[in-house]
Amino acid sequence: MRSSLFLRGGALSAACVSVVLVSAEVRAETDFVYEEVSGRISLESREFPESAVFPGQASHSTGLVFHPKLYVEDADGRSVTVAPFFRYDSADPRRTHADLREAFALVFGEAGDSEWEIRVGIDQVFWGVAESRHLVDIVNQVDLVEHPNEETKLGQPMAHLTWSGEWGVLELFGLTYHRARTFPGPAGRMRGLFVIDDEHVSYESSAGEWNLDLAVRYTQSFGPVDIGLSAFDGTSREPSICPTPVPTAQLTQHYEQIRQFGIDSQITIDAWLLKLEAIRRTGFRNLFCQQEEDYSAFVVGGEYAFYSVWDSPADLSVLAEWNYDERGQNATNVFQNDLFLAVRYAFNDVQGTDITFGVFEDVDLESRVLSMEFNRRLTDYWTLNVEAIAFVKIGDKDFLQHGLENDSFVGLNLGYSF
Amino acid sequence: MTDRSHSMQPDCLLLAAVLVLSAWFAAPSTAIADTHSPEEAGLQIALEARDRGTGFGDFTARQTMVLRNRHGQESRRDVRIKILEVDDDGDRSMFVFDQPRDVKGTAFLVHAHRTEPDDQWLYLPALKRVKRISSSNRSGSFMGSEFAYEDMTAQAVEKFTYKHLRDEPCGELTCSVTERIPVEKGSGYSRQVVWHDHDAFRIWKVEYYDRKDEHLKSLEISDYQQYLDQYWFAGTMTMMNHLTGKSTVLNWSDYEFQTGLDDGDFTQTSLRRAR
Repeated sequence: MRSSLFLRGGALSAACVSVVLVSAEVRAETDFVYEEVSGRISLESREFPESAVFPGQASHSTGLVFHPKLYVEDADGRSVTVAPFFRYDSADPRRTHADLREAFALVFGEAGDSEWEIRVGIDQVFWGVAESRHLVDIVNQVDLVEHPNEETKLGQPMAHLTWSGEWGVLELFGLTYHRARTFPGPAGRMRGLFVIDDEHVSYESSAGEWNLDLAVRYTQSFGPVDIGLSAFDGTSREPSICPTPVPTAQLTQHYEQIRQFGIDSQITIDAWLLKLEAIRRTGFRNLFCQQEEDYSAFVVGGEYAFYSVWDSPADLSVLAEWNYDERGQNATNVFQNDLFLAVRYAFNDVQGTDITFGVFEDVDLESRVLSMEFNRRLTDYWTLNVEAIAFVKIGDKDFLQHGLENDSFVGLNLGYSF
Repeated sequence: MTDRSHSMQPDCLLLAAVLVLSAWFAAPSTAIADTHSPEEAGLQIALEARDRGTGFGDFTARQTMVLRNRHGQESRRDVRIKILEVDDDGDRSMFVFDQPRDVKGTAFLVHAHRTEPDDQWLYLPALKRVKRISSSNRSGSFMGSEFAYEDMTAQAVEKFTYKHLRDEPCGELTCSVTERIPVEKGSGYSRQVVWHDHDAFRIWKVEYYDRKDEHLKSLEISDYQQYLDQYWFAGTMTMMNHLTGKSTVLNWSDYEFQTGLDDGDFTQTSLRRAR
């Protein structure tokens, strides 16, 4: 399943890239004046100290990740980037997967006082400002088997046009193919009570995963204030997780046609970063596919940095964000009314050492999740990352986190960048 | 949420580019010193230096930093730099990191301003995220080196008060020695002492005194070359920390001038294109 998705995406992107390349070739011999191969190999380990809830779930996993990136550029700055991703996981066959994170051609230029840029192929796009959750960010699907923090994304086939000038930046996206979210398999940890079926994915659109989704974004800065406005019309990236007609241990993924408007803003003054993200989404079903329920949600908060604390070269940052979703108990994510608090200590040393402690506190449902992350450069090529996530408390009514009680873990990542 | 590159937050790394850009006004400083108070003389030198140091348009260059601790262990930073002058405002700068490899592709954009705080954005390639970051961290270490952000930032004339101390020989040249006191509260220094030669008014040496007025660091600048028949740019900058015994040697290379850069090369969109 995973590999077939990968191949389909790959074939599509190869087609896209070749179209652009061929059109670039029209202007006679495009010799690449610059080529570069970079990337990262990492060895990972996760240890789950508490015994698994379901039989077959491992208490330990070892993984190997290979993520190279090839970049070529011609004399006019036109470029092609290709970045495949491979993971092997000893515990969960579904976590062993491959993806084309990037495979796009890029051209850009100037027209009068404004600039333009076109990217065609598989790419990744980030929108937003918040740290605890990426609410307005909707272009790419989440590669959830990678990490529950939803920060890792699958490559998305697209045509992406940017037009910018003194008046701001306008971006248009045509998204030609939908990627289904990845979920842990029966043997994986952090899968919850029910396994999500990854073979029978259904769509509201009659075109299925080939529905053409559209997105537009406008961004502008006014002194210390950055503002982004966005709209999306098409296939939801977040799946509706539905019960099967005949009850089984699996739930199915269904992707609806939705419309979402988003705003994100950051105000940067002195050592303060004040942040807001808010969305209005229509046409999406609420928890367990009961019914369509239009809703608004926001995350608001900020970050303050104390520099050179205690006469050391280190910085201490304090973060606080409030996540709210007006669907309350019917929300399809865990952020219906949650506080996120964190402290980050950056040593500002040669090794770039930093350590972060965070807590997600569910105000209504009385759940609490703690996190710790430590990063340190060992040499100019090797890095060490240690993280821990502890599901300290899960409320009786926090259905989305049921089954995670025993899935606290410590992760170790040793990476080599080249 | 803890991206590695954040920890390096190259806050005001508007790098030495401008500090280096000490194509100081070739007015005879002895005359300035004779006819002005020490404060006026110091300010005159700084103002004339700014006038003479501007007009190059734009340039690109490479920086290599070697960080050395007291045991002689080394670590390396490679950065590609683009700088564009802006009329009546601070420079636009773009920095792209090649080394260490874990932050490869991380890019940093600065819109410097003469009186208002600078605008700064960081591009994190792993997340493809552009982050607006605070420019208020003046005294922190840049990338773990002995250069603080404020050492790397455009040394705008308005950011100091001045006092001409004396003239003295420096190598084969004669130098004016000027004390400058940072105006901004966020500075880690109580004062700096700067050596400019009388020949072309290049900076050869800076001594940094910390808030307790201890002699914290010394910067020595060498291997100057003239570009565009006018501007003197440094090849080597060595920063020595006297309290920790650590040092950082910053080498500049591959200077190219008037490469046709414009505003469009210093936007958040172009930051995202950095590689």
